[in-house]
Amino acid sequence: MMDALTYFLSQFVNGVKLGSVYAMVAIGYSMVYGILRLINFAHGDIMTVGVYTILVLTTAFGMPLWVTVIISVIIAVFVGLSAERFAYRPLRSAGEETTLVSSLAVSIFLQNLLVMIFSPQRKAFLLSEQLTELHSFGTIRLSTMNIITFITVIIVLLILSHMIKNTRIGMAMRACSDNMNAAKLMGINITSVIVTAFIIGSALAALSGLMLAGEYKTIDPLMGFVPGLKAFCAAVLGGIGSLSGAVLGGFVLGIAEMLFAGLMPTEFTAYRDAFVFALLILVLLIRPNGILGTKDGGRS
Amino acid sequence: MLSIKNLNVKYDNIRVVHDVSLNIENGELIALIGANGAGKSTILKTLSGLIRPESGHIFFEGKEITKLPSHEIVEKGIIHVPEGRQIFAKMTIEENLKLGAYQQKDKNLIKEKMELAFDLFPILKQRIRQLAGTLSGGEQQMLAIGRALQGNPKLLLLDEPSMGLSPLMTQQVFDVLTKLKDSGITMLLVEQNAYDALEISDRTYILETGRIIMEGKSSKLIEDPKVKEAYLGGD
Repeated sequence: MMDALTYFLSQFVNGVKLGSVYAMVAIGYSMVYGILRLINFAHGDIMTVGVYTILVLTTAFGMPLWVTVIISVIIAVFVGLSAERFAYRPLRSAGEETTLVSSLAVSIFLQNLLVMIFSPQRKAFLLSEQLTELHSFGTIRLSTMNIITFITVIIVLLILSHMIKNTRIGMAMRACSDNMNAAKLMGINITSVIVTAFIIGSALAALSGLMLAGEYKTIDPLMGFVPGLKAFCAAVLGGIGSLSGAVLGGFVLGIAEMLFAGLMPTEFTAYRDAFVFALLILVLLIRPNGILGTKDGGRS
Repeated sequence: MLSIKNLNVKYDNIRVVHDVSLNIENGELIALIGANGAGKSTILKTLSGLIRPESGHIFFEGKEITKLPSHEIVEKGIIHVPEGRQIFAKMTIEENLKLGAYQQKDKNLIKEKMELAFDLFPILKQRIRQLAGTLSGGEQQMLAIGRALQGNPKLLLLDEPSMGLSPLMTQQVFDVLTKLKDSGITMLLVEQNAYDALEISDRTYILETGRIIMEGKSSKLIEDPKVKEAYLGGD
């Protein structure tokens, strides 16, 4: 009995670990979606770009991790803004479906660019011993990286929520999310609001890339796509457009996935992705706007 | 103050505004009337930079503003109260008003304008923390006008402020427009409600299928038999 409980608890903790990574990706997704109503499929691939930047800079140039993280954030922001400028902005008046397709194109483009540069081969991605060192809390064991990830998600959520609620740019973001045309008529420069959302979203993508790679320990050029989709699910699950919803959705999804993988007979574990998406469908059938979502998907 | 010269505008590839020229002097209240689909709203949207014209020029205080983005047009002092109010439904009354003052830097002026909105529409003060989406149609229109005033407008563009309102509420809104005119704000009022628009305005332009077919002093037009027949329900 004790063993079963311990096992359940450890799977739960694994779920929280995975969930905090999903939450981090989902916040970035939600930032952009909340304003543009754009499902930015390239978000996961911007994450991959960030990871490869860190890998190259640490292995080839021997830079310390914190320096490479800063550079990877800068590169991710550059890629995110380029996508916005060249693939989304020209299509802004063409409707949501068009930019959606365009974001898929950017995603495929980035994946193939990475394959061309780095080959499709998996590469090891090992964090330093300081970060992988395990700490015991009773029966639970967490690495330093796990703890950093969890705390970062909470801090990012608090900072961004404060920003959106209380600052001038935050109010402009909510206005754009509520009614883009009316926001223009208030004298809000919506392009700069959108650019801000992409900067924040892409920077978060780079950070979550590091967290994901730290968890997987290997990386490949296509690694970002499926976690990107799952993070999108997390954002939808929590109530898309809402940052706390995105975080909640991330944790729910991560925990559900790990419990499924851990508690089902081993022959089912291969279906964990299917389970995640089935869960999404189920939740949306009951609560079409997600767990924390408002009627028409606005920010809360 | 504002002059539009030979404006042509396409909407969904169909030309809806044909060669429109229009002048507004400082302090005037100008009405632009015409049937549904005559191109009235399109002209306002073009003025505030939401739509790009096919050709033609728009000058405001002597400077061309034809190709400016919306936020720069707002900066010049042209504020648009859009059709269907378009308030920020998921934000509070207070936030809506603050957004109206988005470009204002002078704290005293911001405070003064908020007081002005509360004086004109006391209901807004009572409901200051309520979400704007919970207001009735008439209250939303008041909020939309109050919000526009926060931007310290020189020229106010009003798109069908009486749409969907009860006669009583319409009267209240038009009373406020009269007050605003007395306070020196120049206005361009688009209305389907031709009688009220002619009553309140100095001059009127009549638009039919995208062309201006008549213009003149409102007090003259209101007596014109042709106008009476076409826009004031006969008699």
